[in-house]
Amino acid sequence: MEEALFCEKYTIMGSDFERGGEVASKVKAILKDLGIRPDVVRRLSIANFEAEMNVIMYADEGALELRIMPDGVRIVVADRGQGIPDIELAMQEGYSTATEEMRQRGFGAGLGLPNIKRNTDEFTIESTIGVGTTLRYTVFLS
Amino acid sequence: MLLSDVSALLGCEVMGDGAGLHHLDVEICFAADLMSEVLAFCPPRALLITGLASVQAVHTADMADLCAILFVNDKRPAPPVLALAAERGMPLLSTKLGMFAACGELHRHGLKPASRT
Repeated sequence: MEEALFCEKYTIMGSDFERGGEVASKVKAILKDLGIRPDVVRRLSIANFEAEMNVIMYADEGALELRIMPDGVRIVVADRGQGIPDIELAMQEGYSTATEEMRQRGFGAGLGLPNIKRNTDEFTIESTIGVGTTLRYTVFLS
Repeated sequence: MLLSDVSALLGCEVMGDGAGLHHLDVEICFAADLMSEVLAFCPPRALLITGLASVQAVHTADMADLCAILFVNDKRPAPPVLALAAERGMPLLSTKLGMFAACGELHRHGLKPASRT
């Protein structure tokens, strides 16, 4: 297995809307500092922000793990929470189980997971009801 | 159109440091209150027009590499939102006009909508 050039893990707390976006911002700053192409940084930043907000909205807690590899940036976002009953449905643009509070915060349009997939080159999702959800995605550097 | 001209056209209040507005050229606008729509469909360097004055609006504009945020309906962001925008170098404008009127004026003066790709 290739060794990561950079590896870091960030905790995300469920329902912490006031801090929603801080992890994605920290990761964006690191990617920019490392001189990664702006279009790659943008795609990852959008995916990370959506994933972070999903943990805040739907999980008790979670973490985003950043691994910068020679060929691409790999992200794992794993949470402990309610899980997703129907992944196929959740991946459909416009499908949402968001509450009114989430919508008032500007999220819950049913675009989060499709948006993550759209902005990444590889994307997988695993979920167990009552246990949690894990997203794995990669954006290649070339 | 320069962001300073957008500000003058809509009678905006500039929140924070407005020194850079004379150097920022705006060509495309994107209006939404749902930040996932912005993240999904808004191209980089666009002007975000929104009624959502939360920290998530600033994070959204920052993550999507947008040039500035225009708040409609006289929305005034709270101090933490202003502080975050200052930290990120994200210009904030506020107009008393509603979303429809603000968008109509900007469109009439040649600014373009984002095309969904």
